Amino acid sequence: MNIDVQTLIPMFVALPLGMSLLIQLVARRRHVLGELLAIIAMLLLTLMSCYAIGHKGIYHLGGWPTPIGIDMRLDDLAILLLLVINVVGLAVTLYSVDYMRRFTASSHFYGLFLLMVTGMNGVVLAGDLFNLYVFLEVAAIASYSLVAFGCAHEELEASFKYIVLGSLSSALILTGVALVYGITGTLNLAHIASRIAQTGMDAPLLLAFGLFICGFSFKSALVPFHAWLPDAHPSAPAPVSAMLSGVLIKAIGIYVLARLAFNVFGVTDSELSLLRWLGLLSMVVGGFLAAGQKDIKRLFAYSSISQVGFMVLGLGLGSPLGIVGALYHLVNHSMFKSLLFLNAGAVEYATGTRDLNKLGGLNQKLPITGATSLIGSMSIAGVPPFSGFWSKLIIVLACIEGGFYGFGVAAVLVSIVTLAYQLKVQRMAFFASLPEALKGLRREPPMMALAMILLAVGCIALSFAVITGLRDPWLIGAAQQVLTMGVFK
Amino acid sequence: MIYSLCLLLILVGLYGVVVSRHTLKIVVSLLIMNHGVHLLLLLVGYRQGGSPPIVDPGSVISEFASGAVDPLPQAMVLTAIVIGLGVLALMVALCVRLYERYGTFDVTEIRRLRG
Amino acid sequence: MSGVRKLPGSEASMSLTVRTVARWLKGPILLFGIYMVLYGHITPGGGFGGGVVIALAFILITVVSGERASLHLFSKGASSRLDSVGLLIFLALGWLGTWWASGYFFNNFIATPETVQFTLLSGGIMPMENIALGLKVASALFLVFTVLTAFQIVEQDVGELADTEDQHQGDKP
Repeated sequence: MNIDVQTLIPMFVALPLGMSLLIQLVARRRHVLGELLAIIAMLLLTLMSCYAIGHKGIYHLGGWPTPIGIDMRLDDLAILLLLVINVVGLAVTLYSVDYMRRFTASSHFYGLFLLMVTGMNGVVLAGDLFNLYVFLEVAAIASYSLVAFGCAHEELEASFKYIVLGSLSSALILTGVALVYGITGTLNLAHIASRIAQTGMDAPLLLAFGLFICGFSFKSALVPFHAWLPDAHPSAPAPVSAMLSGVLIKAIGIYVLARLAFNVFGVTDSELSLLRWLGLLSMVVGGFLAAGQKDIKRLFAYSSISQVGFMVLGLGLGSPLGIVGALYHLVNHSMFKSLLFLNAGAVEYATGTRDLNKLGGLNQKLPITGATSLIGSMSIAGVPPFSGFWSKLIIVLACIEGGFYGFGVAAVLVSIVTLAYQLKVQRMAFFASLPEALKGLRREPPMMALAMILLAVGCIALSFAVITGLRDPWLIGAAQQVLTMGVFK
Repeated sequence: MIYSLCLLLILVGLYGVVVSRHTLKIVVSLLIMNHGVHLLLLLVGYRQGGSPPIVDPGSVISEFASGAVDPLPQAMVLTAIVIGLGVLALMVALCVRLYERYGTFDVTEIRRLRG
Repeated sequence: MSGVRKLPGSEASMSLTVRTVARWLKGPILLFGIYMVLYGHITPGGGFGGGVVIALAFILITVVSGERASLHLFSKGASSRLDSVGLLIFLALGWLGTWWASGYFFNNFIATPETVQFTLLSGGIMPMENIALGLKVASALFLVFTVLTAFQIVEQDVGELADTEDQHQGDKP
C-alpha cells in the first residue's frame, strides 16, 4: 500500500480530533464503543508514525504557499517525537480500558485523551509559531481537565494550581509570539529563522527568547518553574499521570525549547550555558526532593523533574554527542516513566493506597507489575545494560568531552541518588514482606498487564538502539542532525 | 510608550494572581493578564493613520495593502480570545467544584497537598 | 451537607417589562448572529463572533425567564451533540479538500475565478466552514453557560464536609 506521506501529515492531527468528537457524539452511554474507538485511533496513529519513518516533508495547509500559508513540517526530530507520543499513547489507552471502568463518565475520558494527543501531535508537526501556540493550548486544556477527572479533593486542588500556572506560562508565551511577530513580520518558523539570522539577536528578540524560555520551562517543569508538577502528576488518575509525565512535558516542553533554541533563534554560548544551569538545578533539586518522599507517585513526579534536568543539560552542551544523549534520554524516559506510573496505578488499583510505608511484598500478589517495575526502575536508575544506562553515559561523556567536568560529576551523583530512591521503592513496595492488610489482593486485570508488558518490551528494545553506535543510535542520530544543522534554511 | 501600558496591564494581572486569596479573584486577574497580552498582540499590527483591513468593492489592492492596518494580529487575537474563553470556563467550573469539596473559596485553606 | 447544589424548580424570573422586551429582542439577536456567520467572508465576524451572538440570544432567555425556558428550546443533550457535529462538519470539509483539485487539506475547492466577489456565494467552502464553526461556538457557549449557572448556593448547615475521596464520580468538571 503506497500512501504518499505528504497526505498523512495533516491526518496526525485530524484523526485523533475526529475520533474524539465521534466518541463524544456516539459513545456517551456506551462506554465499550468509546474504548474501541480510542484504541482504533491510537493504533492507526502508531501505524502512521511507523510508516512515516525516514520521510520528510512540508505540508502547506489549504495549498497556500509558504509565506502566506500555514505549514506543517515533518522531519526526523518530529518523527521521533510522534513515535514516542503515539506508542506511549497506545499503551496508556490499553491500560485505561480497565482502570477507567470505575469512573462513570469514561467516554469523556477518551474524548479528552484523544484531544490531548491531537494537541501534542499538532505541536510536534507545527511549522508556524502561532499554530504551535494553538495546539499547545489544546493539549494543555485537555490535560487540565484530565488531571481533575476524578473530582476528588486532591485532584481538583492540583488541577486548579496547574491551570493557574499553566495560564500564566501561556500568557508569557503569547507575549513572546507577539514580540517575535512584531520584529520579524512573519510567523513561519523558517522565515523567522532567516530574518533573525540576518538581523541578529538584538534586545527585543532577546526578551522574546527569554519569555519563551520562561514559558516553556513552566511546561517542561524545570526548576524553578516546577511547582505544579508534584501536585498535578500524583493526583491525576494513573493513565493521565503516565501520559503527562511521560509525554506531555516533553512534547510541549523540551521539544519546543530545542526547536526554538536550535532551529529558529540560533544558539549562542550564553543561551547554552543558561540551559546547562537550568538542567543542573532541575537534576539536583528533583533528585534530592524525590529521595524523601513517601508517596509513590509523588516520588516519581520529582524523579521526572530530575530526569528532565538531564535532558536539558544534554541539550545545553550543544555538541552533537550531548544532543544525542538528550534525545535518547527523552525517548527512554517516556518509556520507563510511563511504565512506572502505570505500575503505581496498578498498585493503587489493587491495594487502594500509595503510601510506601503501608505497602510491601507485592511481588507475590502482582507479579507482572513487579517484574515490569523492576525493568523500569533498573532502566531509570542507569543500571547496565538497560537503556537508561546508555543515555546517561552518553550525557556524562558529552559533559567530559565539552570540558564541563563539574556538570559531569553532578550528573553521576544524581544518577546514584536516582538509583537510591528507585531501590527504595522496589524494596519497600515489592520485595518486603506482605503486610496483613494486603493479603487478599487480586491480580491485575489483563488489559493493564498487556499495556505494562508492552512498555517494558519497549524499554528493553530501546537498550538495543545503541547497537548502531554510541554517536548514532537508531533514529536518534537523524533527529540530532536536525538540531545541529542550525537555523532553518 | 503604549506598549509599556500593555505591560502595566499584564503586571497588574500578575500582581492579582500572586496576591489574591479568593479563587475567583485569581481567575479574574488571569483574565486581566490575558487582556493585556491580547492588547499587546493587537497593537503590534497597528499602523499610524491606517484604515480597517476590509476590502471594499472599489478599492485597489496595492493602495489597500499599504494603507490598511495589519489583519493578521487581529486573527491571532480572535483565536487567543476563544482559547482564553475555554480556559476561563474550565477555571470557573473548577472553582465551583472546589467550593463544593472544601467549603471555602480561600486559597490558603485549600492545601491538602503538601510535601 | 455541601454548600452548592442544583435546586430543581427554582428559577429567576424578571419583571414583565423585561420579559416582554426580551421576547421581542431574541429574534433579531438570533438573526443578527446568523447574518454575521453567513456573511463572515465579506464583513467582519465569521464563525466565532457570529456563534457568540447566536448563543447570546439563548443566554438572554436564560437570564430573563429562567433556565427551564431556554432548555425547553435547546436542550443540553442537543447542544452537546450539535457541538460535536459542528466540528465534525468542519473536519469533513477540510478532508474533502484533499480529494478535489490540488488535494490539500482545507483547500478551497469550490472557488473558481469566475465567481463574483463580495456576494454571498463567492467564498468557496468558507461560508460552510463559518456555518459549522458558528454552530459549534454557539452550542458550546450556551452549554457552558447553562452548566455553570445551574449551581445555586444553598443556605443550610454546612457541617462536616463528607470525605469524598473514595467516591470517584468521574464527572467532567
